[in-house]
Amino acid sequence: MYWGSVGEFLEMGGYGLYVWTSFIITALGLTWEVVALWRRRTAAIADSRGIVRSIE
Amino acid sequence: MNWSKYSAPLSFYPLAGNMIPWFSALAALAMAVGLYIGLLVAPTDATQHDSYRIIFVHVPAAWMSMFLYVVMAIWAGIGMGLKARLSFMMAQAIAPTGAMFTFIALVTGCMWGKPTWGTYWVWDARLTSELILLFQYAGVMLLRTSIDDLRRADRASGVLALVGVVNIPIIYFSVQWWNTLHQGASVSMTAAPKMAAIMLTAMLLMTFGFWMYSIAVVLSRVRCVILERESQPAWGDPSSVPEVAEAR
Repeated sequence: MYWGSVGEFLEMGGYGLYVWTSFIITALGLTWEVVALWRRRTAAIADSRGIVRSIE
Repeated sequence: MNWSKYSAPLSFYPLAGNMIPWFSALAALAMAVGLYIGLLVAPTDATQHDSYRIIFVHVPAAWMSMFLYVVMAIWAGIGMGLKARLSFMMAQAIAPTGAMFTFIALVTGCMWGKPTWGTYWVWDARLTSELILLFQYAGVMLLRTSIDDLRRADRASGVLALVGVVNIPIIYFSVQWWNTLHQGASVSMTAAPKMAAIMLTAMLLMTFGFWMYSIAVVLSRVRCVILERESQPAWGDPSSVPEVAEAR
Protein backbone atom coordinates (compact mmCIF):
# COMPACT_ATOMS: atom_id res chain seq x y z
CA MET A 1 0.00 0.00 0.00
CA TYR A 2 1.46 3.34 -1.05
CA TRP A 3 -0.74 5.74 0.94
CA GLY A 4 -0.39 6.57 4.64
CA SER A 5 -4.01 7.64 5.22
CA VAL A 6 -7.38 7.91 3.54
CA GLY A 7 -7.02 11.68 3.39
CA GLU A 8 -3.74 11.41 1.51
CA PHE A 9 -5.35 8.97 -0.89
CA LEU A 10 -8.27 11.29 -1.62
CA GLU A 11 -5.98 14.29 -1.98
CA MET A 12 -3.78 12.55 -4.58
CA GLY A 13 -0.86 14.84 -3.81
CA GLY A 14 -2.95 17.89 -4.67
CA TYR A 15 -4.22 16.46 -7.96
CA GLY A 16 -7.36 14.93 -6.45
CA LEU A 17 -9.77 17.08 -8.48
CA TYR A 18 -8.29 15.97 -11.82
CA VAL A 19 -7.61 12.35 -10.91
CA TRP A 20 -11.02 11.72 -9.35
CA THR A 21 -12.92 13.58 -12.07
CA SER A 22 -11.23 11.31 -14.63
CA PHE A 23 -12.03 8.10 -12.78
CA ILE A 24 -15.60 9.16 -11.97
CA ILE A 25 -16.36 10.18 -15.56
CA THR A 26 -15.01 6.84 -16.78
CA ALA A 27 -17.11 4.95 -14.24
CA LEU A 28 -20.22 6.98 -15.15
CA GLY A 29 -19.61 6.33 -18.86
CA LEU A 30 -19.42 2.57 -18.44
CA THR A 31 -22.36 2.46 -16.01
CA TRP A 32 -24.50 4.64 -18.27
CA GLU A 33 -23.78 2.37 -21.23
CA VAL A 34 -24.74 -0.77 -19.29
CA VAL A 35 -27.98 0.83 -18.01
CA ALA A 36 -28.89 2.15 -21.47
CA LEU A 37 -28.28 -1.31 -22.95
CA TRP A 38 -30.39 -2.97 -20.29
CA ARG A 39 -33.28 -0.65 -21.12
CA ARG A 40 -32.82 -1.14 -24.86
CA ARG A 41 -32.86 -4.90 -24.29
CA THR A 42 -36.10 -4.71 -22.29
CA ALA A 43 -37.72 -2.65 -25.04
CA ALA A 44 -36.40 -4.93 -27.80
CA ILE A 45 -37.75 -8.04 -26.07
CA ALA A 46 -41.13 -6.37 -25.53
CA ASP A 47 -41.36 -5.48 -29.24
CA SER A 48 -39.97 -8.77 -30.52
CA ARG A 49 -43.34 -10.51 -30.86
CA GLY A 50 -42.15 -13.68 -29.13
CA ILE A 51 -38.95 -14.18 -31.15
CA VAL A 52 -36.92 -14.55 -27.96
CA ARG A 53 -39.03 -17.44 -26.71
CA SER A 54 -38.60 -19.29 -29.98
CA ILE A 55 -34.80 -19.04 -30.09
CA GLU A 56 -33.77 -19.40 -26.45
CA MET B 1 -17.96 -26.30 -34.67
CA ASN B 2 -20.04 -25.28 -37.63
CA TRP B 3 -19.20 -21.59 -38.06
CA SER B 4 -21.58 -20.93 -40.94
CA LYS B 5 -24.48 -21.89 -38.69
CA TYR B 6 -23.62 -19.05 -36.31
CA SER B 7 -23.45 -16.44 -39.07
CA ALA B 8 -27.25 -16.53 -39.05
CA PRO B 9 -28.30 -13.78 -36.60
CA LEU B 10 -30.94 -15.84 -34.82
CA SER B 11 -28.47 -18.71 -34.26
CA PHE B 12 -25.83 -16.32 -33.00
CA TYR B 13 -28.25 -14.75 -30.51
CA PRO B 14 -28.13 -17.50 -27.85
CA LEU B 15 -24.42 -18.12 -28.44
CA ALA B 16 -23.71 -14.43 -27.74
CA GLY B 17 -25.91 -14.64 -24.65
CA ASN B 18 -23.82 -17.52 -23.29
CA MET B 19 -20.56 -15.62 -23.78
CA ILE B 20 -21.60 -12.34 -22.11
CA PRO B 21 -21.26 -13.48 -18.45
CA TRP B 22 -17.71 -14.79 -19.03
CA PHE B 23 -16.46 -11.60 -20.64
CA SER B 24 -18.23 -9.51 -17.97
CA ALA B 25 -16.55 -11.49 -15.19
CA LEU B 26 -13.11 -11.13 -16.82
CA ALA B 27 -13.72 -7.40 -17.26
CA ALA B 28 -14.75 -6.89 -13.63
CA LEU B 29 -11.80 -8.92 -12.32
CA ALA B 30 -9.18 -7.19 -14.49
CA MET B 31 -10.53 -3.72 -13.70
CA ALA B 32 -10.72 -4.43 -9.96
CA VAL B 33 -7.10 -5.64 -9.79
CA GLY B 34 -5.96 -2.90 -12.17
CA LEU B 35 -7.59 -0.16 -10.07
CA TYR B 36 -6.19 -1.69 -6.87
CA ILE B 37 -2.64 -1.70 -8.21
CA GLY B 38 -2.95 1.62 -10.03
CA LEU B 39 -4.56 3.64 -7.26
CA LEU B 40 -3.37 1.93 -4.08
CA VAL B 41 -0.10 0.08 -4.71
CA ALA B 42 1.78 1.95 -7.45
CA PRO B 43 4.06 4.74 -6.17
CA THR B 44 3.86 8.33 -7.35
CA ASP B 45 5.60 9.51 -10.52
CA ALA B 46 8.86 11.49 -10.27
CA THR B 47 7.89 14.20 -12.77
CA GLN B 48 4.09 14.22 -12.97
CA HIS B 49 3.44 13.24 -9.35
CA ASP B 50 0.00 11.74 -8.69
CA SER B 51 -1.64 13.33 -11.74
CA TYR B 52 -0.02 10.53 -13.76
CA ARG B 53 -2.61 8.10 -12.30
CA ILE B 54 -5.05 9.37 -14.93
CA ILE B 55 -3.02 7.17 -17.30
CA PHE B 56 -4.82 4.10 -15.91
CA VAL B 57 -8.09 5.17 -17.55
CA HIS B 58 -6.86 7.56 -20.25
CA VAL B 59 -4.53 5.29 -22.21
CA PRO B 60 -6.74 2.16 -22.10
CA ALA B 61 -9.74 4.26 -23.24
CA ALA B 62 -7.70 5.86 -26.04
CA TRP B 63 -6.39 2.47 -27.20
CA MET B 64 -9.91 1.03 -27.20
CA SER B 65 -11.24 4.03 -29.14
CA MET B 66 -8.80 3.29 -31.99
CA PHE B 67 -8.98 -0.51 -31.75
CA LEU B 68 -12.79 -0.60 -31.77
CA TYR B 69 -12.88 1.68 -34.81
CA VAL B 70 -10.66 -0.72 -36.77
CA VAL B 71 -12.72 -3.73 -35.65
CA MET B 72 -15.93 -1.90 -36.63
CA ALA B 73 -14.50 -1.14 -40.09
CA ILE B 74 -13.35 -4.76 -40.52
CA TRP B 75 -16.87 -6.04 -39.73
CA ALA B 76 -18.32 -3.51 -42.15
CA GLY B 77 -15.84 -4.67 -44.81
CA ILE B 78 -16.69 -8.34 -44.23
CA GLY B 79 -20.36 -7.41 -44.41
CA MET B 80 -19.91 -5.76 -47.79
CA GLY B 81 -17.64 -8.51 -49.16
CA LEU B 82 -19.76 -11.45 -48.06
CA LYS B 83 -23.15 -9.71 -47.90
CA ALA B 84 -23.40 -11.00 -44.33
CA ARG B 85 -26.11 -9.34 -42.26
CA LEU B 86 -24.59 -10.34 -38.93
CA SER B 87 -21.31 -8.58 -39.83
CA PHE B 88 -23.14 -5.30 -40.39
CA MET B 89 -24.98 -5.82 -37.11
CA MET B 90 -21.61 -6.26 -35.35
CA ALA B 91 -20.36 -3.03 -36.92
CA GLN B 92 -23.53 -1.27 -35.76
CA ALA B 93 -23.13 -2.67 -32.23
CA ILE B 94 -19.50 -1.56 -31.88
CA ALA B 95 -19.96 2.12 -32.82
CA PRO B 96 -21.56 3.46 -29.59
CA THR B 97 -18.97 1.75 -27.36
CA GLY B 98 -16.14 3.10 -29.50
CA ALA B 99 -17.64 6.57 -29.36
CA MET B 100 -17.94 6.35 -25.58
CA PHE B 101 -14.28 5.35 -25.16
CA THR B 102 -13.27 8.20 -27.50
CA PHE B 103 -15.24 10.61 -25.32
CA ILE B 104 -13.64 9.21 -22.14
CA ALA B 105 -10.16 9.47 -23.70
CA LEU B 106 -10.80 13.12 -24.60
CA VAL B 107 -12.29 14.15 -21.24
CA THR B 108 -9.66 12.36 -19.13
CA GLY B 109 -7.07 13.90 -21.44
CA CYS B 110 -8.43 17.36 -20.60
CA MET B 111 -8.22 16.45 -16.91
CA TRP B 112 -4.59 15.46 -17.40
CA GLY B 113 -3.71 18.42 -19.58
CA LYS B 114 -4.76 21.06 -17.05
CA PRO B 115 -2.27 20.13 -14.28
CA THR B 116 0.58 19.11 -16.62
CA TRP B 117 0.29 21.63 -19.49
CA GLY B 118 -1.75 24.37 -17.80
CA THR B 119 -4.62 24.04 -20.28
CA TYR B 120 -7.53 21.67 -20.79
CA TRP B 121 -7.29 21.76 -24.55
CA VAL B 122 -4.83 22.58 -27.29
CA TRP B 123 -5.24 22.07 -31.03
CA ASP B 124 -2.24 19.83 -31.49
CA ALA B 125 -2.21 16.89 -33.91
CA ARG B 126 -2.95 14.18 -31.33
CA LEU B 127 -5.90 15.91 -29.66
CA THR B 128 -7.38 17.16 -32.91
CA SER B 129 -7.20 13.80 -34.69
CA GLU B 130 -8.77 12.05 -31.65
CA LEU B 131 -11.60 14.63 -31.66
CA ILE B 132 -12.09 13.90 -35.38
CA LEU B 133 -12.40 10.21 -34.43
CA LEU B 134 -15.34 11.12 -32.17
CA PHE B 135 -17.00 12.93 -35.10
CA GLN B 136 -16.31 9.89 -37.29
CA TYR B 137 -18.13 7.59 -34.87
CA ALA B 138 -21.00 10.09 -34.72
CA GLY B 139 -21.05 10.29 -38.52
CA VAL B 140 -21.17 6.51 -38.94
CA MET B 141 -24.04 6.24 -36.45
CA LEU B 142 -25.99 9.21 -37.82
CA LEU B 143 -25.63 8.08 -41.43
CA ARG B 144 -27.09 4.70 -40.48
CA THR B 145 -30.10 6.17 -38.74
CA SER B 146 -30.71 8.70 -41.53
CA ILE B 147 -31.32 5.99 -44.17
CA ASP B 148 -34.53 4.00 -43.85
CA ASP B 149 -33.60 1.07 -46.10
CA LEU B 150 -31.48 -1.16 -43.81
CA ARG B 151 -29.34 -2.62 -46.59
CA ARG B 152 -28.46 0.81 -47.95
CA ALA B 153 -27.88 2.14 -44.43
CA ASP B 154 -25.50 -0.75 -43.72
CA ARG B 155 -23.51 -0.20 -46.89
CA ALA B 156 -23.34 3.60 -46.65
CA SER B 157 -22.19 3.64 -43.03
CA GLY B 158 -19.84 0.73 -43.82
CA VAL B 159 -18.15 2.69 -46.59
CA LEU B 160 -17.83 5.72 -44.31
CA ALA B 161 -16.33 3.54 -41.54
CA LEU B 162 -13.82 1.98 -43.97
CA VAL B 163 -12.72 5.30 -45.46
CA GLY B 164 -12.27 6.72 -41.95
CA VAL B 165 -9.71 4.06 -40.99
CA VAL B 166 -7.12 6.37 -42.55
CA ASN B 167 -7.35 8.52 -39.41
CA ILE B 168 -6.23 5.69 -37.07
CA PRO B 169 -2.52 5.68 -38.09
CA ILE B 170 -2.69 9.48 -38.10
CA ILE B 171 -3.80 9.45 -34.44
CA TYR B 172 -1.29 6.78 -33.48
CA PHE B 173 1.75 8.34 -35.17
CA SER B 174 0.74 11.99 -34.68
CA VAL B 175 3.12 12.34 -31.73
CA GLN B 176 6.02 11.28 -33.99
CA TRP B 177 5.02 13.02 -37.22
CA TRP B 178 4.29 16.39 -35.71
CA ASN B 179 5.62 18.42 -32.83
CA THR B 180 2.79 17.87 -30.36
CA LEU B 181 2.24 19.08 -26.83
CA HIS B 182 0.92 15.57 -26.14
CA GLN B 183 3.75 13.36 -24.93
CA GLY B 184 5.11 10.51 -27.05
CA ALA B 185 4.15 6.88 -26.54
CA SER B 186 5.30 5.33 -23.25
CA VAL B 187 4.49 1.87 -24.56
CA SER B 188 4.98 0.83 -28.17
CA MET B 189 5.37 -2.36 -30.16
CA THR B 190 8.93 -1.57 -31.24
CA ALA B 191 10.68 -0.42 -28.06
CA ALA B 192 10.86 -1.44 -24.42
CA PRO B 193 8.19 0.32 -22.30
CA LYS B 194 9.34 3.57 -20.74
CA MET B 195 7.36 2.86 -17.56
CA ALA B 196 7.96 1.19 -14.23
CA ALA B 197 6.81 -2.43 -14.27
CA ILE B 198 4.11 -1.94 -11.62
CA MET B 199 2.58 1.03 -13.45
CA LEU B 200 2.69 -0.88 -16.72
CA THR B 201 1.02 -3.87 -15.06
CA ALA B 202 -1.89 -1.73 -13.82
CA MET B 203 -2.29 -0.05 -17.21
CA LEU B 204 -2.29 -3.33 -19.12
CA LEU B 205 -4.79 -4.84 -16.66
CA MET B 206 -7.11 -1.86 -17.18
CA THR B 207 -6.69 -2.20 -20.94
CA PHE B 208 -7.56 -5.90 -20.76
CA GLY B 209 -10.55 -5.03 -18.56
CA PHE B 210 -11.81 -2.39 -21.01
CA TRP B 211 -11.31 -4.85 -23.85
CA MET B 212 -13.32 -7.60 -22.17
CA TYR B 213 -15.96 -5.03 -21.16
CA SER B 214 -16.22 -3.94 -24.80
CA ILE B 215 -16.77 -7.51 -25.98
CA ALA B 216 -19.47 -8.09 -23.34
CA VAL B 217 -21.26 -4.83 -24.15
CA VAL B 218 -21.00 -5.26 -27.92
CA LEU B 219 -22.37 -8.82 -27.72
CA SER B 220 -25.22 -7.53 -25.58
CA ARG B 221 -25.93 -4.73 -28.04
CA VAL B 222 -25.77 -6.99 -31.08
CA ARG B 223 -28.46 -9.12 -29.42
CA CYS B 224 -30.65 -6.02 -29.17
CA VAL B 225 -29.93 -5.19 -32.82
CA ILE B 226 -30.80 -8.73 -33.90
CA LEU B 227 -34.12 -8.56 -32.03
CA GLU B 228 -34.91 -5.08 -33.35
CA ARG B 229 -34.21 -6.08 -36.95
CA GLU B 230 -35.77 -9.53 -36.92
CA SER B 231 -38.97 -8.27 -35.33
CA GLN B 232 -39.52 -5.68 -38.07
CA PRO B 233 -42.40 -6.72 -40.30
CA ALA B 234 -41.08 -8.15 -43.55
CA TRP B 235 -42.13 -6.76 -46.92
CA GLY B 236 -45.22 -8.55 -48.09
CA ASP B 237 -46.24 -9.40 -44.56
CA PRO B 238 -50.00 -8.69 -44.72
CA SER B 239 -50.09 -7.49 -41.11
CA SER B 240 -47.92 -4.49 -42.01
CA VAL B 241 -50.10 -3.25 -44.86
CA PRO B 242 -53.04 -1.75 -42.89
CA GLU B 243 -50.64 0.27 -40.74
CA VAL B 244 -49.08 1.86 -43.82
CA ALA B 245 -52.48 2.54 -45.33
CA GLU B 246 -53.61 4.15 -42.10
CA ALA B 247 -50.55 6.39 -41.91
CA ARG B 248 -51.13 7.81 -45.37
